[in-house]
Amino acid sequence: MSKIPLNTPVLDPRIKRVDLESTYGTTAIGENEHWISWEVFHQKKRGDQHVHVGIVHAPDAQLALLFAKEQFGRRLACVNLWVTKSSDIFSFSYDDEDIFDNATAPEKQYREASGFRVMEKINRYKKSKQKA
Amino acid sequence: MYGGGYIQEEKQEATSPIDDAQKLAEFEARIDRGEKIEPHDWMPADYRKQLIRMIEQHAHSEVIGALPEGTWITRAPGFRRKLALIAKVQDEIGHAHLLYSAAETLGKSREQMINDLLTGKSKYSNVFNYPAKTWADVTVIGFLIDAGAIVNQVANSKGSYGPYCRALERICYEESFHLKQGHDAFITLATGTKAQHDMLQDALNRWWKPIMHFHGPPDKISEHTAKLMRWKVKMATNDDMRNQFLDMYVPKILEIGITIPDPNLKKNEATGQWEFSDPDWDEFKRVINGDGPCNAERLAVRQYVEEHGKWVRTAMMNPNQKVVIPFA
Ligand SMILES: [Fe+2]
Ligand SMILES: [Fe+2]
Repeated sequence: MSKIPLNTPVLDPRIKRVDLESTYGTTAIGENEHWISWEVFHQKKRGDQHVHVGIVHAPDAQLALLFAKEQFGRRLACVNLWVTKSSDIFSFSYDDEDIFDNATAPEKQYREASGFRVMEKINRYKKSKQKA
Repeated sequence: MYGGGYIQEEKQEATSPIDDAQKLAEFEARIDRGEKIEPHDWMPADYRKQLIRMIEQHAHSEVIGALPEGTWITRAPGFRRKLALIAKVQDEIGHAHLLYSAAETLGKSREQMINDLLTGKSKYSNVFNYPAKTWADVTVIGFLIDAGAIVNQVANSKGSYGPYCRALERICYEESFHLKQGHDAFITLATGTKAQHDMLQDALNRWWKPIMHFHGPPDKISEHTAKLMRWKVKMATNDDMRNQFLDMYVPKILEIGITIPDPNLKKNEATGQWEFSDPDWDEFKRVINGDGPCNAERLAVRQYVEEHGKWVRTAMMNPNQKVVIPFA
């Protein structure tokens, strides 16, 4: 008698051919069996930056590149991919997000082109010339 | 700073309830401002739990959903349909990878998720427990199941969890091709010979109930929707998504001479809501709990595949490598 409680007969001819019974109810994936994770960076065209697009799992860099090609390079333009181990990425904590606040702070306008109003000064000068 | 091996356990620092209340307020304020939550942010335990459950189920649905369609690759009518179906099935497995990655950022390993699928502990979309008997079934799946999934995925892509949104954006882009190739095959059968038309009508008749189940039980019997919507884990209620689906796709079915096997299906123009017969929520419950036509077969196939791929994975495994949670 079948171990597998099939409510309908198997319809797929390929699946009919394999012995599903032999593995039914026995499988468990071991720790780490799906390997470590790699971060993938995608370059759309020469001259563009590589942009982070996601991760793949792989045992080594060669296979990580192969999986990255399947996952992130099979659609949309791509000329190059990078992979690096997730464990080799270092980052700030979002808890410290405010350390970047002064990058856009108003008192830092002296570092921006928009922080300088030359036209105003030119116009003021021209006006005063006309009066004179 | 994080890096060089971010392990989930380290993040579960003990906090007092008072700290948590303040963090919860900040967390909710961030979501209200429309900002995304990223993996290393503080988040309520329930937010983490519900997201893992939801993204994991979504990933399993992509894997299992590829089975009824994958079945038909060798028998798809014609070279172009075969190529399109291969591409679609590969996309669906790719979606599973993207979604597993997003779920992993929340601290559950891929191996644990797959084990929970194999033992039946985690669920996947109920529709894939039904058989694809004919080519017309594949056509109905490709057009209408993918259409239902798109309604759901487009909504969720505007949710609050960064990695899930990023995965969904990529997924939605590919889904537009799934929908179009499904629609094309659907129209071909509907407007073809009588035998083709009848085969499609028969398939739609069998699939209508599962299609009505697709977005889940009605809001009045589904739990904890309010909190999940406030946290933007869920972006629309089951009923709203079903209604949106019917709005968009009922006309596309009817316009090419296919009928829908529910005499009570009609739009109430006053309320904007579709009305329909009870799609048998007891059957839905029975099937999702394991007693559907194909549940056992689907899991048996997954187990067979995992078992037969095991030697390759272990041969290549480096036992000294430690798994770390992916970054984003
Ligand atoms: Fe998909
Ligand atoms: Fe799809």
